[in-house]
Amino acid sequence: MILRQSIRFLLSCSLLSVSSAIYAQGHDHDGDDQSGNDQTHEEVIQDSHDQDIHSHTADGHDSHSACGHHEEGYDPKATAMHHISDANVYTISDFIRIPLPCILYHKEKGWDFFMSSKFHPGHHDDGHYAYNGYVMHMGGIKRVKDSNFPIDGEVEIGGFTTKTKEVDGKEREEAYICYHKEQLLLEDKTVWDMGIFGGAITSFYDLSITKNVMSMILIFLLFFFLLRAAAKGYATRKGMAPKGVQSFLEPVILYIRDEVAVPFIGEKRYEQFLPLLLSIFFFILGLNLWGQVPFLGGTNVTGSLTVTMVLALLVFIISNVSGNKHYWQHLFWMPGVPTAVKPLLALIEVMSLFIKPLTLMLRLAGNITAGHIAILSFIGLIFIFGDSGKNMTGGIIGAVLSTLLTLFMMAIELIVAFIQAYVFTLLSASYIGAAVEEHEHH
Amino acid sequence: MTGTLAAIGAGLAVIGAGIGIGQIGGKSVEAIARQPEASGDIRGAMILMAAFVEGAALIAILLSIFFAG
Repeated sequence: MILRQSIRFLLSCSLLSVSSAIYAQGHDHDGDDQSGNDQTHEEVIQDSHDQDIHSHTADGHDSHSACGHHEEGYDPKATAMHHISDANVYTISDFIRIPLPCILYHKEKGWDFFMSSKFHPGHHDDGHYAYNGYVMHMGGIKRVKDSNFPIDGEVEIGGFTTKTKEVDGKEREEAYICYHKEQLLLEDKTVWDMGIFGGAITSFYDLSITKNVMSMILIFLLFFFLLRAAAKGYATRKGMAPKGVQSFLEPVILYIRDEVAVPFIGEKRYEQFLPLLLSIFFFILGLNLWGQVPFLGGTNVTGSLTVTMVLALLVFIISNVSGNKHYWQHLFWMPGVPTAVKPLLALIEVMSLFIKPLTLMLRLAGNITAGHIAILSFIGLIFIFGDSGKNMTGGIIGAVLSTLLTLFMMAIELIVAFIQAYVFTLLSASYIGAAVEEHEHH
Repeated sequence: MTGTLAAIGAGLAVIGAGIGIGQIGGKSVEAIARQPEASGDIRGAMILMAAFVEGAALIAILLSIFFAG
């Protein structure tokens, strides 16, 4: 019995190894492209210097080298970063790409609406065509800065090259496309981060339905119908035992109510905040789990700082708006302590007021992103051991090793998905509870 | 060089958080062993405290990401 079970386990393990090796095959090329681009940047610069001489003598050769010559190599960091970032195309595998709607606004040209299939994305989610002056590079939309570039309709373009440039002591990556043997600088979309993550206000805004937004819509619809079905069950089957999805959701909702909402917010006011807490919990849990689904999901929605920032801001605003007199008194003029200490305490309290949503935002994003990066690194082991396809034995050992490690990591991530959703809800409840708490006497 | 220093800083922050969360976890398990009927309350307090410690460590890690450039 045990023997049969262990054989079955080994068989399924080896099956998973093979599938993960195939899955990662596409990523191997992606890594190649990326690192090839990085390594050749000096060569490319040289090329553009003596382009005049070259273009007269050897036409084909020149265009090839100007568009980036691909070298063998694997860059785990670049691959991991590409896979955790948002994209304008839903890439399930190298053969199946679901186009997503692009909504772009340019200061002079105005609005642009089209599907991202116009870019004809290929390997590494790089588009083979430019559309209305926009191009797709690594899944994100960029704009060609050159004024001579045609800004209407589809235009076939060459490969992408990236160069690292130092601006104010910080290294920044600049992307170029190859068009008619010329290198044209690309412009990133506008990012309002005050330059913290290298974003700036550029000539266009990207308001597209991206991969992350699409995942959020899907999870929203899923939970909308699930929870509605459960709610309907209570109306139609009043007084009877729960059935179907009802019996799955009831213990979770009861747990949030009895272990989170009631003890932290209190018997009197918990009902007012319970819908908020349940929404936060199911939204985060659903997206955490959706991010764990290989191939189909793998989206890093709750690991994106933007999403968690909005959630944290929501909790921050709601808890402060519902704060009562005692809450604000404790914040600025703590009762029961010597007057000399009061300003100092107020300073600390005001600081903690802003640190609370900050940590709320960072904790969720950090935990989920860390899990994704760990899994991607383990898959990257296949290429490091296999030397990017040169070493077959090493590749097989790497595949087996990475499968076991990835399975282990995914099991942990499954727990983390629940814990982080729970912790976010719990802390939200405790912040709201601190704001609405009634103080009887001092 | 700054990147290396930032990485060392992030590592040091993780050591601090590790000690903190380890203390919380160890003491909570001890407390649950002493009084199993209070395990629900203790677990809730444990997760809350661990989240606070983790928050401090995350601020350190964020700062190190900023200064890594």
